Amino acid sequence: MAELRLLLPPVGQNWSRIADYRANGGYAAAAKALREMKPAEIVELVKESGLRGRGGAGFVAGIKWNFLPKDGRRPRYIACNADESEPGTFKDRQILELNPHKLIEGLLIAAWANSIDAAYVYMRGEYRGPFENLNAAVAEAYAAGYLGKNVLGTDMDFDIYVHRGAGAYICGEETGLLESLEGRKGQPRKRPPFPAISGLWRRPTIVNNVETMSHVPHIVTNGAEWFKRIGVEKSTGTTIFGVSGDVVRPGTYELPLGTPLRELIFDYAGGIPEGRALKAVVPGGVSMPVLTAEQAMQVTMDHQALIAAGSMLGTGGVVVLDERQCMVRAALVIARFFRHESCGQCTQCREGTGWLHRLMVSLEAGTGTPSDLEAIDEVARFMDGHTICALADAAAWGSGWFLRRFRQEFEAHVSHHGCPLAGTSFEV
Amino acid sequence: MPLSPKLTQRICAEFPKYPEKRAVLLTALHFVQDECGGWVPNDVIPELAHLLEIPVIDVLEVISFYSMFHAEPVGRYHLQVCTNLPCCLRGARGVVRAFERVLDLRPGERTADGMFSLAEVECLGSCGTAPVLQVNNRRHEEGFKPADADGLVARLRAAAATSRKKS
Repeated sequence: MAELRLLLPPVGQNWSRIADYRANGGYAAAAKALREMKPAEIVELVKESGLRGRGGAGFVAGIKWNFLPKDGRRPRYIACNADESEPGTFKDRQILELNPHKLIEGLLIAAWANSIDAAYVYMRGEYRGPFENLNAAVAEAYAAGYLGKNVLGTDMDFDIYVHRGAGAYICGEETGLLESLEGRKGQPRKRPPFPAISGLWRRPTIVNNVETMSHVPHIVTNGAEWFKRIGVEKSTGTTIFGVSGDVVRPGTYELPLGTPLRELIFDYAGGIPEGRALKAVVPGGVSMPVLTAEQAMQVTMDHQALIAAGSMLGTGGVVVLDERQCMVRAALVIARFFRHESCGQCTQCREGTGWLHRLMVSLEAGTGTPSDLEAIDEVARFMDGHTICALADAAAWGSGWFLRRFRQEFEAHVSHHGCPLAGTSFEV
Repeated sequence: MPLSPKLTQRICAEFPKYPEKRAVLLTALHFVQDECGGWVPNDVIPELAHLLEIPVIDVLEVISFYSMFHAEPVGRYHLQVCTNLPCCLRGARGVVRAFERVLDLRPGERTADGMFSLAEVECLGSCGTAPVLQVNNRRHEEGFKPADADGLVARLRAAAATSRKKS
């Protein structure tokens, strides 16, 4: 089965160099936008296309852009989120390694549409290869006149700076990202004010994910109607799904939103090795509630369907667990991650992530009690929705939903005084 | 220890990209680590703070907040094994154990000769090639197996010996 590649070059090709990107139609959208379209027209087009953010929250990009003040104050910035650190997510890496000019062109068009002076691409520190690849592409774009002074002969000056993070999951949260870019600890800010009003250096700022921005060129080229015909209602276009864990062909697959999760796992990713049975799926990075096999076999990969199934699309990073795997261990690894990544600012998160992790460790070690199961639920409720940012919510969902959807297995850890799947499950 | 002229120059070249010098802090710390063998020696911090016109405490708290910054020496080869869910599902624990055995150390430690350090890290964004191993700044392309640990350690030791001879 073939992918539908709008963001990525055909399998086996790499369009990182500008000659290859241009030979395949690259920068035609930017020329069209800057020469033939008014900024407001582009904002309207992107809004009309239904393009939703691909970083996890799924906010409609065009609406976010509309929040920028109309008073013409300058400078204004784009903070492009390339911090990709949601476990199970490795899609922006593909764009940065295989098609970086797509992102540059998207940023350029967004800058024209929103009267932006500079874009800062905040890239996670561990992405040294992608950082070098994007920097090389940015240098080519300057040399070709797509960046710098008087872009494409217009009166627009526009710069792109690629900025390295240093290993902190919280910097993928939009205001944690802004704090980090300014040279501080990445502790999220209270909202309001929202970044569109007061963002980088207290200036109006739009924050969008790499993939979101990379969709802008083909929307300008082909129109909003074309984009809406791909995918489903309220989840338009393609996305780059990542599939990892217990599958034959882990990797990324660019497909329309609304693709059945069953197809993604069994057709594209080749199913589960040695014919084992599916047990659970985390559908959108480990922040999103886990689905049982039964739920997973029925759901489609779009915002509406996943909400209806009791989860969320998140980043589209699908983690597959087969029948051998222990659900308490999975919850333990996720709890350990959030404990490590809590920024420490809010009590509910700082303390709650530690509690959840300790409770999972105790269950797995065979020292858990029935009241520990109630404690997991109680701590999760104490965290969810009570903090400055969504990290606590994600940590609460991670643990809370594994417990609610696989309760029998948690109870078995109490009654067996340990892990009943220790002989077959992965090790933590 | 003063910052070297080359390092100072590299840091100052970043200033025009931002409206405030403070924004260069993370980048500057990466540069320091590049030059100082992968960690930030305590005695460069006052001068770095002075250069960026920020208090010393702001530099210290940034170093302690971000997991890629090291206030203590790391090995010449810093071995990072992702132990998040997708990697654990494909055997990351076995990879950690293999390095523990081959190098006789625990995560967070460094070998006596300063050649290797081992760390468990969070998702490195390459779950399709799990389990993921990164050595210093470079990711290993294919899923790493516990049986590969001996060979990799031997290759890195040989590479270090060769570069010593050259210099």
